[in-house]
Amino acid sequence: MGQTLFDKIWDAHVVSSNEGFPDILYIDTHFIHEVTSPQAFDGLRARGLPVFRPQQTVATADHNVPTWDQHLPIKEELSRYQVDMLTKNCAEFGIELYGLGHPFQGIVHVIGPELGITRPGGTYVCGDSHTSTHGAFGAIAFGIGTSQVEQVMATQCLLQSRPKRMKIEVNGNLQKGVGAKDIILYIISQISAAGGTGYAVEYAGDTIRALSMEGRMTICNMSIEMGARCGLIAPDETTINYVKGREFAPKGEEWDKAVAYWQTLYSDEDAEFDSVLSFKAEDIEPMITYGTNPGMGIGVTQHVPETASFEQKEQGSYKKALDYMGLHDDQQLLGKPIDYVFIGSCTNSRIEDLREVAQFVKGKHKADNVTVWVVPGSKQVQEQAIREGLDKIFDAAGFPLREPGCSACLGMNEDKIPAGKYCVSTSNRNFEGRQGPNSRTFLASPLTAAASAITGVVTDIREFLSEEVV
Amino acid sequence: MSTKIFKHIQTSVVPLPIENIDTDQIIPARFLKATTREGFGNNLFRDWRFDNDGNPKQDFVLNEPKYSGKILVAGKNFGCGSSREHAAWAIADYGFDAVVSSFFADIFKGNALNNGLLPVQVSDDFLKRIFEVVDADPHAEVEIDLVDQFIKIVKTGEQESFEVNPYKKACMTNGYDDIDYILSKKELILQFETP
Repeated sequence: MGQTLFDKIWDAHVVSSNEGFPDILYIDTHFIHEVTSPQAFDGLRARGLPVFRPQQTVATADHNVPTWDQHLPIKEELSRYQVDMLTKNCAEFGIELYGLGHPFQGIVHVIGPELGITRPGGTYVCGDSHTSTHGAFGAIAFGIGTSQVEQVMATQCLLQSRPKRMKIEVNGNLQKGVGAKDIILYIISQISAAGGTGYAVEYAGDTIRALSMEGRMTICNMSIEMGARCGLIAPDETTINYVKGREFAPKGEEWDKAVAYWQTLYSDEDAEFDSVLSFKAEDIEPMITYGTNPGMGIGVTQHVPETASFEQKEQGSYKKALDYMGLHDDQQLLGKPIDYVFIGSCTNSRIEDLREVAQFVKGKHKADNVTVWVVPGSKQVQEQAIREGLDKIFDAAGFPLREPGCSACLGMNEDKIPAGKYCVSTSNRNFEGRQGPNSRTFLASPLTAAASAITGVVTDIREFLSEEVV
Repeated sequence: MSTKIFKHIQTSVVPLPIENIDTDQIIPARFLKATTREGFGNNLFRDWRFDNDGNPKQDFVLNEPKYSGKILVAGKNFGCGSSREHAAWAIADYGFDAVVSSFFADIFKGNALNNGLLPVQVSDDFLKRIFEVVDADPHAEVEIDLVDQFIKIVKTGEQESFEVNPYKKACMTNGYDDIDYILSKKELILQFETP
């Protein structure tokens, strides 16, 4: 019987497999950042162990960093301390650090791919749930806890049970104004925030195939939002062309050898999945979330569901979510005034996202009631945006281009949405308080966020697109 | 290195019948700046437990004197979202030894097991029964036995068995450590690395 893509990669990384034990899985590259690593380094010290393979460990500072005046010391004492601690730990254990001021600094899930570190067929982990992003290259990549960060530092391996396999197919043509972010928000709204738990999810189908690497990363990034262990997409010409020539991509003969291997990485026709789901691209509208988990999403023209449409035992949690969001049954979000727009995060902060937003806002200006933050995913994305003159378009539209970091995705650095305010956000989580205590998040695509910034209310991007056609 | 040992407990429980409790609720990101594993219990469920001025919200279960115990019982899909192990540290640091739910998010479950905090997955019906019994009697006790893998509502005698990975069970009941286990296979790792 044929094998799935996931099993091919997994099997190629099993160091030891024993009945009754999880497999010992070899990790090609371990990404680390300042938040989930300090206790792991302390653990190594307590055990008197070195980092087993420091050259397969890559560090950056992203969660705590300010996105304005990055050349100045970090104002918040605890944030500064945590970033300093990463610098000290990396120096002590011999790990390359792309810290503040380094030309490669940025969000860990943006820099891995753009530096050519993330490649097809590899295994990647990081103490960060959005590590699933890297699966877009046809790799196994997932988030781990700090005890496991310590484990990988100490052994370059991870004890891990093989998850079940799910295939999600999307076929057909997307409507104008609908993109990768809408696809994944739609899928999660259909299968719920727990619908993928216990599975490695392979995305397939002609709609997925037609996406750029940036779009595929957006999809795989949010695999964790349906609970999946990881998400992955078989590598093809799009993948190979993206990796080629990047800083740490293989070169010369090594490159040819790598590509020959990558071309064997796909699910065989007779491979068996534990679950297969299919969706039609034509059914997907521009999406927006209304609640406090990413499964609570609707097409932008639809109404918030009625509490009575849920099972009795779920109604309490549902009401709690609507109360938090200041919304009610059957409400339409279209036209609802908003206060902030955040374009950034490991979901949507790559150069393609910025280009798409810049093209749309060129010649337009944000509404007076809205504050807009555009936060590039990395120093390289920022530099590229400036080279292309996107910063000038953004400035003219009232969308200042900031400096790279996780920013308003998680309310950990200076960029927080104030209590009670509504933010249309291109990030990945709408949990209570995620963007700052008592902040309210509507997750959406970069285009929907940009259009809403222009009008000052939740907007259907397709209205703008039909005007332009006329 | 050895870790905390867990075999059996019997205590009253703290009921939290909310679904999809994510790790941002368990410990908000702004409290992840500590660089040690201790002290996170003070900020467990911070924004549900305290108002903006830091005063306890009287209607939250952790602030209700009638509820106490070493077992947290919560709605389905507990621990979804961020991979932060700080969530498991916060729950354990507060004083819980086990979390019961009808469904756990993957990463949280692994993090809990790595910290001697036992995640016990029960059926929807059994979860409902615990909530009902505790609603009627806040002091009702629940017994969890890891060795024989069962959970029991002491007062009514209702009980259910639960699954746990045999390796992780051995770790928790003996205090074994993952890193010691993997390092015992170091020769295999070196072999794997040799082209």
